[in-house]
Amino acid sequence: MTTTTTTRVTSGLVLAGVTLRYHDGDTTVRALDDVHLTVAPGELVAVVGPSGAGKSSLLAVAGGLAAPDEGTVEVGGTDLTRLAGSRAAAFRRRHVGFVFQSGNLVPALTARDQLRLVEKITGRPAAVPVDELLAAVGMGERADRRPGRLSGGERQRVGIARALVGGPSLLLVDEPTAALDRARSHEVVELLARETRERRVATVMVTHDHDVLDHCDRVLEMVDGTLT
Amino acid sequence: MFLAWREIAFARVRFGLMAAVVGLIAILVVILSGLSSGLVVDGVSGLMRSPIQAVAFAAGTTTDSAYTRSTVGAAQRDAWAEQPGITHAELLGVSIVNAHDGDAPVDLTLFGVQPRGFVEPAAAEGSALTAPDQVVLSSSARDAGVRLGDTVRVDRVGTALRVVGFTADQRTFGHVDVGYVPLATWQAIHAGVRPGQQPDASDLEVASVVALAGPAARAGTFTAGDAAADTVTRTTRATFGSSPGYTAETMTMTLIKAFLYAISALVVGAFFTLWTVQRTRELTVMRAMGASTRFLVRDGLLQGVVLLVVAVGGGVLVGLGLGALLAGTAMPFRLEAGPVLTGAALLTALGLLGAAVATVRIAAINPLTALGENR
Repeated sequence: MTTTTTTRVTSGLVLAGVTLRYHDGDTTVRALDDVHLTVAPGELVAVVGPSGAGKSSLLAVAGGLAAPDEGTVEVGGTDLTRLAGSRAAAFRRRHVGFVFQSGNLVPALTARDQLRLVEKITGRPAAVPVDELLAAVGMGERADRRPGRLSGGERQRVGIARALVGGPSLLLVDEPTAALDRARSHEVVELLARETRERRVATVMVTHDHDVLDHCDRVLEMVDGTLT
Repeated sequence: MFLAWREIAFARVRFGLMAAVVGLIAILVVILSGLSSGLVVDGVSGLMRSPIQAVAFAAGTTTDSAYTRSTVGAAQRDAWAEQPGITHAELLGVSIVNAHDGDAPVDLTLFGVQPRGFVEPAAAEGSALTAPDQVVLSSSARDAGVRLGDTVRVDRVGTALRVVGFTADQRTFGHVDVGYVPLATWQAIHAGVRPGQQPDASDLEVASVVALAGPAARAGTFTAGDAAADTVTRTTRATFGSSPGYTAETMTMTLIKAFLYAISALVVGAFFTLWTVQRTRELTVMRAMGASTRFLVRDGLLQGVVLLVVAVGGGVLVGLGLGALLAGTAMPFRLEAGPVLTGAALLTALGLLGAAVATVRIAAINPLTALGENR
């Protein structure tokens, strides 16, 4: 089955005919089945679907964490399937931002240091001044707090700022509201949508939370490795 | 550096406890180094600080306790004296005796030396040997309470020896203070001749070993001399094992230190293994963000270096402080820079090896596990 969800773009994210298989015991599972997806800069695309549908696999392939068995993955015009190992990691450092569930922040670092860590990892200055970005996500007053002294919503805001501080062209967001109440969920996704548009980032958000989909430009459903 | 310091500060209790464990091991290493050096000095300083470069034992003498088992005579000394490259060859008597200084028991290793020969030490306090009934003692005997002019009486035979001098430094053998007596006096005591009795002429022929010095002795060239004198000769350092208890003591200390090094490496390795496991989630996230293996491993190793340098450095300082207190006691203890620094360096290097083995698992972390249900 071929699934195509295309927008006319010149950069951003383009997945073409992507298939990803993995072995589960004696059987081979198609985590992604001939997926076609294009996300334009400044566009927030939500991907919903049941557990095991392939949503995380989609993020992994789009971010260069896993190489597809078939198809191509382009980010900002670069074919990620031609990159492997340290070259893929180097590409992620420069062009891909991840927002993880619950923020997944480093416990030892303050909110400000979470962003400075990205500078250390990439070896170059932040694309956006750290304090300016923290202020933009509403964390300017809590920049010196460690994750243990932040609420779930605040941790997720810091996580979003951390993903954006390197100036990525692609933002991959994994269940950002899974640990948040309804009000905080709306705040976080609203923030994501705003930052996506203001910074012209192509954003793919995987979520189970149907309440927040109104903030997204497009909503796609993934079932058994296919996008509809 | 950025992450390493902050994680150490954040997990300061965990790192502090680990540093305390490594620090305690470092203290033990310093104390054991001091004990090892002290036992060596206590066991063989009478040989280490003598001008003797090689020792010829009677052929067939077993290595263990060879000094007190060997018996040589003037003919063997003369044979050695004729060897090229031997500048000094003297008979030396060695025996460990019980004695009394007044009512106080005193154990002595009697070195029977040729008066004004090359083995006889200069007396730093008092005078040299000038009469048969005199003894020059190790300075450590003075520290134990023996005074110039005291008369030390050898048990069983009853020979009285007047203390006329002390050496400049500690001279001990088999953990017993050395007393230098004229060779003839040693021969009489060794033969069990009581005061007033006349020794047999044969008693005055024997000694324990032939003490040698000269280029050939220093170079360890003994084949021709041993053949001529019917002896088996070793350099002085090689004879240390013939001092009572020396080999057992040094092997015991070496074994304990080896265990401490191994324990340190294992403990540090175990700590960093657990530390890495605890950090797996954030390491995975950083890998997903594009952090290189080198970046993450360097961070982990730096934490190991900081932990070990601080812990070992602190432990060594505390150990040196405790050692300074022990040095003034009856315990054979001697702090020497070489062994202490070597021990500290080994402890650090092996600990770092343990940390390195533990942090290797960072390279195997799969960034995929940062996503979805794999978390």
